[in-house]
Amino acid sequence: MQISGAQMVIEAFIAEGVDTVFGYPGGAIMNVYDEIYKQDKFQHILNRHEQASVHAAEGYAKASGKVGVAMITSGPGFTNAVTGLADAYMDSIPLVVVSGQVPMSLIGTDAFQEIDAVGISRPCTKHNYLVTDANDLARVLKEAFYIARSGRPGPVHVDIPKDVTAQIAEFDYSKPVDLETYKPHTKGSTRQIKKAMEAIANSKRPLFYLGGGIINSNAAYEVRDLIHRTGIPAVETFMARGTLSHDDKYLISMLGMHGSYAANMAMSETDMVIALGARFDDRVTGKLSEFAKNAGVIHVDIDPASISKLVNADFPIVGDVKNVVEEMLELADTINPDHYESWRETINNFDELHPLAFHEDSERLKPQWVVKRVGELLGDNANISTDVGQHQMWAAQFYPFTRPRQFISSGGLGTMGFGFPAAMGVKAASPEKTSINFTGDGSILMNVQELMTAVEKKLPVINIILNNNFLGMVRQWQTLFYDKRHSETDLSVQPDFVKLSEAFGGIGYRVHTKEEFDAALKDAVEKNVVAFIEVLVERFENVMPMVPAGGSLFNMMLLEKKKETK
Amino acid sequence: MTENSERRVISVIVVNEASVLSRITDLFSGRGYNITSLTVAPIPDSKYSRLTIVTSGSVRVIEQITKQLHKLIPVLRVYEHCDLVEKEMALVKFPITENISDINSLCDAYNGKIVDIGDDMIIGMVTDEPKRVENFLSAIKKYNPKEIVRSGAVALER
Ligand SMILES: Cc1cc2nc3c(=O)[nH]c(=O)nc-3n(C[C@H](O)[C@H](O)[C@H](O)COP(=O)(O)OP(=O)(O)OC[C@H]3O[C@@H](n4cnc5c(N)ncnc54)[C@H](O)[C@@H]3O)c2cc1C
Ligand SMILES: Cc1ncc(C[n+]2csc(CCOP(=O)(O)OP(=O)(O)O)c2C)c(N)n1
Ligand SMILES: [Mg+2]
Repeated sequence: MQISGAQMVIEAFIAEGVDTVFGYPGGAIMNVYDEIYKQDKFQHILNRHEQASVHAAEGYAKASGKVGVAMITSGPGFTNAVTGLADAYMDSIPLVVVSGQVPMSLIGTDAFQEIDAVGISRPCTKHNYLVTDANDLARVLKEAFYIARSGRPGPVHVDIPKDVTAQIAEFDYSKPVDLETYKPHTKGSTRQIKKAMEAIANSKRPLFYLGGGIINSNAAYEVRDLIHRTGIPAVETFMARGTLSHDDKYLISMLGMHGSYAANMAMSETDMVIALGARFDDRVTGKLSEFAKNAGVIHVDIDPASISKLVNADFPIVGDVKNVVEEMLELADTINPDHYESWRETINNFDELHPLAFHEDSERLKPQWVVKRVGELLGDNANISTDVGQHQMWAAQFYPFTRPRQFISSGGLGTMGFGFPAAMGVKAASPEKTSINFTGDGSILMNVQELMTAVEKKLPVINIILNNNFLGMVRQWQTLFYDKRHSETDLSVQPDFVKLSEAFGGIGYRVHTKEEFDAALKDAVEKNVVAFIEVLVERFENVMPMVPAGGSLFNMMLLEKKKETK
Repeated sequence: MTENSERRVISVIVVNEASVLSRITDLFSGRGYNITSLTVAPIPDSKYSRLTIVTSGSVRVIEQITKQLHKLIPVLRVYEHCDLVEKEMALVKFPITENISDINSLCDAYNGKIVDIGDDMIIGMVTDEPKRVENFLSAIKKYNPKEIVRSGAVALER
């Protein structure tokens, strides 16, 4: 088939089953936009900033498990998108991002809107391409989708000069991908798995350390099975929330800097860590030399570079979590759940000593209450996105997650401005669920222009702004570690969030009380248009527990016990 | 953690395509790894090139370097050498006024010779183990070398 480079992009998307593309046009990508205009196989969502396009594609990818797709123009269009690429790279999110580039004849001449896009995207993508001949385009696009979704997923960037999108060439998408140099290892070594299962059987206080790789691998239900059959308790990373249901009796909670006391103590006392698709991030481990100090380590990861990067693995298993856990399940009978009775008891005692909790206040709503309340009212019916800050941690701590892909948040890069566009992508992927974005008064302004996109495309995201008039997370550190010098974190000067939403055609609520909150949420769900629910919450609330940066997991700052008032 | 840094030679076989070299050097700079020397040339009759990288780091760092290199899509193979033959070349320019026969015998001792004599300078060449090339370079200091160029190491597993 002889077609133009621009048509090839469209044909490749259709062949890949793409149903939604997020993007923003401009000179260098116009040939492709012209072809988008002519087709009706997929929808294009025009965001109002390229960063939002990429975050929306991330949200879409995380909620659906498919590859997210974004399209942007050269120069400033591309540089605006870089934060999204970096975010997807850190959180292993499969994306294909296509950018226009100046024509080949102008590359290297400082042409209008020319920037070395592949030079910039190289360190923040899994792979990238500058396509110099339309005859390569079918192969490159097919490789791009394959690389994005296989192995450890990640973003792939394809930069296409304008003359290449105009060039007529042969297009054959049927050739299978043949990459001699890229063959992800998906099946774990059976011998090693057997040895690991023996080590577990011989341990006294084993602990599952569940990571985001389980979600990537669609292995949550197999993992649940393994945990229930072995009776071994589990902690989840931030990225793994929803792997186990919140009410699972083997789930301790999230661990790490803002993990629960019981989760962090369990990790400190375990004698066998079973890490499944987790990467020993510094927010999780705290001081490395004290992390799970007396434990053996079984580490299952599809990326060999994750294994023994920070913590030495005694039983390294390179493979897809799903395959490995399936093999582990075959050996699950070798493990006796009764063995761990007293270990589970110990952990329950930790939890009773310092449960994840907060103190209610009669004057001001507590942000944690808001998260819990949304959980009570919407529970499994909502997908939860967040921005970055204190509200993000409270969402991770207090929302009653019931399933994988329910929680979508920027973990590795911690990108303020992620939540709203991501929640739109989530809504596009999963329209039957309510799409909630827990956000802060700081973060929401970092992609607030997306109100327009949400109104136009009828993506009724409910943004719950936990308004503390602060860049709260930074303020918390200043309070605790900088002697209360709240440098440039006071957000007392604010827009009228209700009017702001209304100005774009959305709806808005300002909420002071529990009753008002319930009414607002109910109304927003019914009205089914994009909403801001601004909740005025306690300004000086801190996220607790907290392991100070570089501290050991077992040295947590804890919620102060409330003085008994009679 | 006191982990000793040691010198290592790593060979990388990569698809011979645009930007592959920057993928590799970016990886080293981005992750804070050292490059002592780097050589690259196409492998005859193939679509691959071979890079020889001399680096240094703790055992853990070297392990990460090889894994991270392997993760790059166009990388076919990564060898971290233990038992290898390693050679490096150096060219040195001397003023013609220096003692030619001294220089010639020195070059000779390090598998080399004088390769060019001009009106006002001579050029000596040596090919030897990198350590020995270093010895040579310190031995010739007193002959006022004007310019020195080293090729970086190339290596083959025994
Ligand atoms: C303000 C703030 C505070 C934070 N505090 C915490 C905290 O207290 N606790 C916490 O846990 N996090 C916290 N985070 C998040 C943290 O930064 C990391 O993003 C997170 O801990 C990483 O989770 P993970 O280890 O599950 O890895 P991910 O980033 O999800 O990585 C997944 C791992 O699984 C592997 N993998 C991928 N696919 C597969 C597959 N198919 N099969 C096998 N392996 C696979 C990958 O190679 C990788 O090693 C915080 C973030 C912010 C912004
Ligand atoms: C783009 C970006 N800039 C800066 C930061 C640093 N940062 C982390 S949390 C935070 C405060 C966020 O404030 P807000 O959105 O109001 O959330 P809160 O912590 O108050 O809940 C800041 C500035 C960041 N993570 N991302
Ligand atoms: Mg705030």
